[in-house]
Amino acid sequence: MNRTARANRITEDLLRPLLHTTWKFYAAVTILGALVLMGLLTWLYQMMNGLAVTGDNWPVFWSFHETNFVFWIGISHAGTLISAILRMVYATWRRPVTRCAEAITAFALMIGALFPLIHLGRPWYAWWLIPYPSERGIWPNFRSPLTWDFFAINTYLTGSLLFLALPMIPDFAVVRDRTKGLRSKIYGLLALGWQGTPKQWHRLETAMHIMAIAIIPVAISVHTIVSFDFSMAVVPMWHSTIFGPYFVAGAIFSGIAALIIAMAILRKTLHLEQYLLPLHFQNLGKLLLTMSLLWGYFVFNERLTVWYGNTTHEMPAFWSTQSGTYAPLFWTMVFCNFILPFPFLAIRKMRTITGTVIASCGVVVGMWLERFLIIVPSLSHKPLPYSWGEYMPRWPELTIFAGSIAAMILLYTLFAKFIPIISIWELKVGEHAELKKAETVAAAEAAGELV
Amino acid sequence: MAHHWGMAVDLDRCTGCGACVTACHAENNIPTVGPDEAARHRAMHWIRIERYWEGEFPDVQVKFRPVLCQQCNNAPCEPVCPTYASHHTEEGLNAQVYNRCFGTRYCANACSYNVRFFNWSNPVWDKPLHLQLNPDVSVREAGVMEKCTFCVQRINAGKIEAEAEGRELRDGELKPACVQSCTANALVFGDLNDPESAVSRLSRSARGSKLLEDMGTKPNVTYLQRESWHESNSKS
Repeated sequence: MNRTARANRITEDLLRPLLHTTWKFYAAVTILGALVLMGLLTWLYQMMNGLAVTGDNWPVFWSFHETNFVFWIGISHAGTLISAILRMVYATWRRPVTRCAEAITAFALMIGALFPLIHLGRPWYAWWLIPYPSERGIWPNFRSPLTWDFFAINTYLTGSLLFLALPMIPDFAVVRDRTKGLRSKIYGLLALGWQGTPKQWHRLETAMHIMAIAIIPVAISVHTIVSFDFSMAVVPMWHSTIFGPYFVAGAIFSGIAALIIAMAILRKTLHLEQYLLPLHFQNLGKLLLTMSLLWGYFVFNERLTVWYGNTTHEMPAFWSTQSGTYAPLFWTMVFCNFILPFPFLAIRKMRTITGTVIASCGVVVGMWLERFLIIVPSLSHKPLPYSWGEYMPRWPELTIFAGSIAAMILLYTLFAKFIPIISIWELKVGEHAELKKAETVAAAEAAGELV
Repeated sequence: MAHHWGMAVDLDRCTGCGACVTACHAENNIPTVGPDEAARHRAMHWIRIERYWEGEFPDVQVKFRPVLCQQCNNAPCEPVCPTYASHHTEEGLNAQVYNRCFGTRYCANACSYNVRFFNWSNPVWDKPLHLQLNPDVSVREAGVMEKCTFCVQRINAGKIEAEAEGRELRDGELKPACVQSCTANALVFGDLNDPESAVSRLSRSARGSKLLEDMGTKPNVTYLQRESWHESNSKS
């Protein structure tokens, strides 16, 4: 196949989801939309009746909504961070993966950032977090980790959206040139006048490089600040210096798992078997294994120091997770995050697409449990035994969580429908480089230079 | 001289009768949430009597410990509030501005004593109880944190009255509802900046200790007891 024909096939394959719509798409959007609506209505119900409708209580003031917040912000570390690192080290296999990953980041962040609003007693006053010029001179309290959260998440969201949008410009231009009428006009606007001149390419690549470098410290700071929500408070097993790196590692861990699952679904539904290859799942599987080991190392460190320190304030919270009320959840978490993924990721023969997806499903469940187990057992066991308590979720928080999962899938479905989920131009650059290499090798062989 | 409010709680005197809890509810318009919500751990008692049992039946000793906001001088609840709803006053109180609270509940998590309470739903008073609300204390809506104020409305009223009469506040003149209702005189309230006040003298007592002193919260409440809790705990 010659070069132009290959390039054309890439364009056609990757634009197919945009240009052809099946009934399955409408069915998926309807069902997911209904679930999202259900979640939103439940939030409205919670606002009208107060947080009494949830299972939160004295002393477990934070539980499900806050777990979901940390969980979704964690998932958001899939994308930007992974894709930025892979870009920085010029990993060529990254090309079909980056956009899937960056889109996860954008959507998971939007959903994650909703949960601090959902959990508020009076969410209609959330704008008090903005340092607006007030006639009474009142600003938000910059000593509060929740204020840090507000700025960190907004910075990360802005950065991630830019990072996602920049490499889409040339692809918008491809869609603009391939379509007619209104669609061509809309994509033309989005393409921002892209003509593909050398000057434009140079600027785009410079901008992408700057963003890739800038987004890494931002991503790390975001989850560190999320961990500060807990570690700044003098609560048993929260007040720990390990939380920053522990949370960042956990976030990347769950992010890679979410990315593997999303890629497997895209591969099947959009018929991208030619582009998302077993190699990609293998490489991401290796990354997932690394993070699983790192996560295990952090959990071991955290638990060992608390157990060895043996302070009266911390031990009740510690034992409630090891052998008490929350032990079944704790050991399920260890199984899902460490024991189950290990054979699937460590043994080369099992590191297939199915194998990595099974491991990833375990990790996503396990990482949700991890956040729950950080929040609830500690609040249940604060220093005065008289004030110990327990927590059981009730239907509103479960419904809102289900709605948030549906929202994630819905946003992703719509994104894959309107934007090429694999970066067309980056793939072509890769093909071009490989063909060129093959040609050079062939020429060298012909000249007898290589044995 | 500026005031610095404090309290002494004499555990050797406390009978655990619960009058302080009732008086506090009445004075501060604290809603009662009913049996179902109470079973869900939503009861709001700005002051509570903690009961601890020591020993095995029949050789059992019951200990009572009234726990209210310790009005910490180094309060964990204050810096974590993103809106300054929870803040420190010049007279050493941990104040809660209900109107400025949007209910993150972070202060309640940070508080080591669990003496902050959240309005899970809007308060309801069955008729005719709605007529007995204290006009000096605002009623809180759903989504807002609330806590013991050392009956700040009484403190302010007392200061105004003393100023109108052109005199200094007398020691023992100001009594929060819990102190006023305590039949055993186990609770003593006053100005810690006055070294001769009853509360100052009791706070310096050899029987005195602070609750969870090692947390470094520097409470303005002192607990008095012949034998410290720590010693009796390590014996049992």
